[in-house]
Amino acid sequence: MIVLERMGVRYADAAVPTLSEVSLVVEEGELALVVGRTGSGKSTLLRTLNGLVPHFSGGTLYGRVVVAGRDTARFRPRELADVVGFVGQDPQAGFVTDRVEDELAYGLESLAVAAPVMRKRVEETLDLLGLAGLRHRALADLSGGERQRVAIGSVLTMHPRVLVLDEPTSALDPQAAEEVLATLQRLVHDLALTVVVAEHRLERVVQYADRLIHLPGAGRPVVSGDPRQVMGSCDLAPPVVELGRWAGWRPLPLSIRDARRAAAPLRSQLQGTRPPRRGAAPARPGAECARIEGLVVRYGDTFALRGVDLVTRRGEITAVMGRNGAGKSTLLAAAVGLVDARAGHVDVAGVDPGRTNPRKLLHTVGLVPQDPADLLYGESVAAECSQADADAGAPRGSCRERFAELAPGVPDEQHPRDLSEGQRLALVLAIVLTGRPLQLLLDEPTRGLDYTAKRRLAAALRDLAARGHAVVLATHDVELVAEIADRVVVLADGEVVSDGPTDEVLVASPAFAPQVTKVLGAGPWLTVSDVTTALGAAS
Amino acid sequence: MRPVNSPLLPRALHAGAWWLWAVGLAAAASRTTNPLLLVLVIAVTGFVVAARRTDDPWAGAFSAFLKFSLVLIALRVCLQALLSRASQGVTVLFTLPEVPLPDWLAGVKLGGSVTAEAVLAATYAGLQLAAVLCCVGAANALASARRLLASVPGALYEAGVACVVALTFAPQLVTDARRVRRAHRLRGHSPRRLSGLRRTALPVLEGALDRSIELAAAMDARGYGRSNTLSARARRIATGLVAAGLLGMCIGGYGLLDGSAVAIRAMPTLALGAVLAAAGLAWGGRRTPRTRYRPDPWALPEWLVAGSGIACAALLVVADTTSPSGLVMVDPVAMPVVPLLPVAGILLGLAPALLAPPVPSPARSGANAAPPRVAART
Repeated sequence: MIVLERMGVRYADAAVPTLSEVSLVVEEGELALVVGRTGSGKSTLLRTLNGLVPHFSGGTLYGRVVVAGRDTARFRPRELADVVGFVGQDPQAGFVTDRVEDELAYGLESLAVAAPVMRKRVEETLDLLGLAGLRHRALADLSGGERQRVAIGSVLTMHPRVLVLDEPTSALDPQAAEEVLATLQRLVHDLALTVVVAEHRLERVVQYADRLIHLPGAGRPVVSGDPRQVMGSCDLAPPVVELGRWAGWRPLPLSIRDARRAAAPLRSQLQGTRPPRRGAAPARPGAECARIEGLVVRYGDTFALRGVDLVTRRGEITAVMGRNGAGKSTLLAAAVGLVDARAGHVDVAGVDPGRTNPRKLLHTVGLVPQDPADLLYGESVAAECSQADADAGAPRGSCRERFAELAPGVPDEQHPRDLSEGQRLALVLAIVLTGRPLQLLLDEPTRGLDYTAKRRLAAALRDLAARGHAVVLATHDVELVAEIADRVVVLADGEVVSDGPTDEVLVASPAFAPQVTKVLGAGPWLTVSDVTTALGAAS
Repeated sequence: MRPVNSPLLPRALHAGAWWLWAVGLAAAASRTTNPLLLVLVIAVTGFVVAARRTDDPWAGAFSAFLKFSLVLIALRVCLQALLSRASQGVTVLFTLPEVPLPDWLAGVKLGGSVTAEAVLAATYAGLQLAAVLCCVGAANALASARRLLASVPGALYEAGVACVVALTFAPQLVTDARRVRRAHRLRGHSPRRLSGLRRTALPVLEGALDRSIELAAAMDARGYGRSNTLSARARRIATGLVAAGLLGMCIGGYGLLDGSAVAIRAMPTLALGAVLAAAGLAWGGRRTPRTRYRPDPWALPEWLVAGSGIACAALLVVADTTSPSGLVMVDPVAMPVVPLLPVAGILLGLAPALLAPPVPSPARSGANAAPPRVAART
C-alpha cells in the first residue's frame, strides 16, 4: 500500500536532511506506528505520504514515495485526497466549517461527489464513528476526543485507503484516547484500512500496532518491522516493555494482557516485599505552602470549580488529574490569580495571588501554562533569559544558567520559536524559576515530550521538591505521575473526588492505574524502578 | 404538497429568505420616523426571533443588537441635548450651563437651553437607526452567516471560503490575545502597560499565522481546489462582472431606499446590476467544480418569508408616495398618528412566526447520545 524507496527530505534552510535513505513498505490493512524522539522527522515522514512534503512545505524530496500506486512526487496533496486521509496534530486547526455534519461533507464537496452519494457516505461515517448523536453540534462545542473523531470522520467520508494521523491522542485524557484508539482499531479490522500513526505516548498505542517504524534520528538508519523485534532494541519504551526487557520475558510483551500472563513468577517473587520509599519525598511532610479553600470559579453559566479545597506542602509533588474539562487548568490558574474566584480564597505563603502585584508574585508562585509559547516574545534565548533576570531582580545569567541545566547545548542566539517542544518547556520553566517561587505549578507539561525529555523534566521537578519548593502539576500522564508524584488529587466536574498518596489513589482507580500496577495486579507497585530496586535490595 | 413546501415540517429555513425578510423590514423602517411604527418594527423582529430562533451560538445576536441600539439612542439624545440650538424649537425643557466657544466655532453651541423638539427629533432618528439594527440583528440570530455563505453561487466560492475562514479567525484572535495577556502576568508584567502591546501582538500573530498555514494544509489535503477547471482569464471575467453587478445593485438599492433619489433612475441601475451579476455568476459557474451537501431548499416557506418582508417594504413605499403625513414627524412634539396602511404592512412582517417551518427540536440533534465504546485491548 505504501512504498518508500530510499526516501529523503531536506528543507531549504536546513544544514542536514531531516530524513535520508528511508526504505520501507507498509502492507494493506496494517496499523503502522511511527515512533522517534522529538525532531526525528516523524511529522515529516507522515507528511510525505500525502504529498504535503514537498508540495506544500517546500524542501526537496529524494527517492520515491508511492501510496496506493501513486507517486507523491507527481501528485499534489489535493490529488491524493481520495486515497490518503490526513489528520494533523491539532484537529481544530484543520476544521473548515462549523458543524459536524458539514465538516464530514467538506471533502466530498471538493471532490465533486454527487449529492445522493455524498448523503449516503456522511450517514455511513456518522454511524461508523459513533458520531450520529453529534451531527448537528457546533465544532467549537466538542470535547477533545469528539473533535479527534470528527477529524477522522471528515477524511473517512472520502473513502481513503490510507489514514495518516499525527499524534492523535497526545492532547487527550486516558478515556478519550481509548475512544479514539478503539475507533482506529475498528477501522483497521472492519474496513482493512491502512493506518499510519505517529505517537509519543507509546504506552497507549504500541499494543495495537502491526508494524513499528522507529526513526532513531541523527542520521542512523530507520528500522521498520514487527513491533516486538523493534521494541527489543528501541531506545523509547513504555513501562510494560521496560519491565519485560528487565525481566527477560520472551516474547517481549507489548500489551498489559500479555505481560500479566508472563508475570506470574515475578509476582510470586515480589510477594512479601514493599516498594522503596518513593521519589524525593521527605520523611516528614514539609511546612504548608499554599492553601485553597472552598474555591468556586464560574465561566458564564458553567461552574468550572465548585468548592475545591487543596493544601500543598513544601517538598511535596502533587499531581492533579481528571478528565478534560474537570477543572484542572482553572484550579492552577486560580492559584496564581489569573481567574477570579466567585467564592472561597487562595493563600500562597501568606498572600492572595489575585490581589498581589505580578512582580512580587514572581517570588511566591509561578505557573508554566499549557502552551508555554504564550510567555515567549523575545528574539532569542539570550534575550528571553536576560529579560527574566531583570523582571525577577535576579543576578545576571541566572536564568540562562538554569536553562542550560534543563536543556543543555542550545545556542544563545536561537529563536524561541525554533526550539523543540521539550526545549521550549525547559526555557519557560527556567524563566518561571528565575523568581524562585515557593509554589510551582505546571499545566500539562508533558504534552508533546518524548521519553527522554520527560525523564529530564521528572528529574528537574524532583530536584526542586528536594530543595523545598512545593510542586503541583496538572496532567493526563499516568506514568509521569507514578514516577514523581507524592500525592494525587483527582478532580471530576469541578470537585475533588479523591486526594491521597500516589500509590493509594492510582492503584485504586482503573482509569489512572499505571501499566506496572496493571501487570502486577495487587500491591502498590507503580513503576519499573519500584520493582527493580525492591528486588535489588532483597537479593 | 411536497414536504419541503409545508410550513409544518421542522427544518432550517434558507438563510437567504431570512435576510430578504430582514432587509424588507429594514427598508420599511428607513422610510418612516413615526415612533409608533418604528417600535412596531422592533417588536415584530423581536417576536419572530423569539418564535423561530435555534439553540445555536449565534442565536443570541438579537439581544446584543437590541442593547447596542438602546445605547445608540441614548447617545444620540445626549449629544443632541448638549449641542441643541434654539432654532430647533420653542419648548425649552431645561437649560444647561453654556460653554463659551471661540468665534471660529460660530455655528456650534455647547450647552444652553435644551428644547423638547430637539430631544424628540433625536429620539426618533435614533429609533429609526435602532429599528434597522434590530432587523440586521434578527437576521443574524435566525440565519447563520456561514449558511448564507454556503449558498453563494460557485463563482463566488473562493470569496465565500475566505469569509468563512475570517469568521473563524476573528474570534480566535480575541481569545488568543486575552490568553497571552493573562500569561504575561506570569512573567511579572502588569497587564495594562503599553509596552505589553508588542509582547501580546507577537505571540498572537505568530499563532494565527501558524494556524492559517495548518488550515491551508488541511484544506489542501482534503481536496480543496482540486477540480477547478476554469482558466484564470475566465475567472477574472466572472469576478469582474460580478463585482460590477454588485456595485450597480448597491447604487440602485441605495436610490430606492433613500426616498429623495428619483425612483425611475434607481430602478434601471438596480436591474442592470442584477443582470450583470447574474451573468457573471452564470459565466463563473459554467463548470461546477464542486457539489453541495444538503443544500437548503428554496420552497414555499422561503417564498412566503421573503415575500412578507418585501411586501412590507413595498407597502411602506406606497404609503410614502400617497400619504406621507403619517410616516414623517413634521412636528416632533405632536402626537404621532396611527396610519393604517403602514401598520398593516409592518404587521405582515409577523408572518414568518407562523409560516416559517418550526426549528428542528434539540432532541433530534441528540446531544446526549453516547459514542459506542469498543472494549479496548489492554
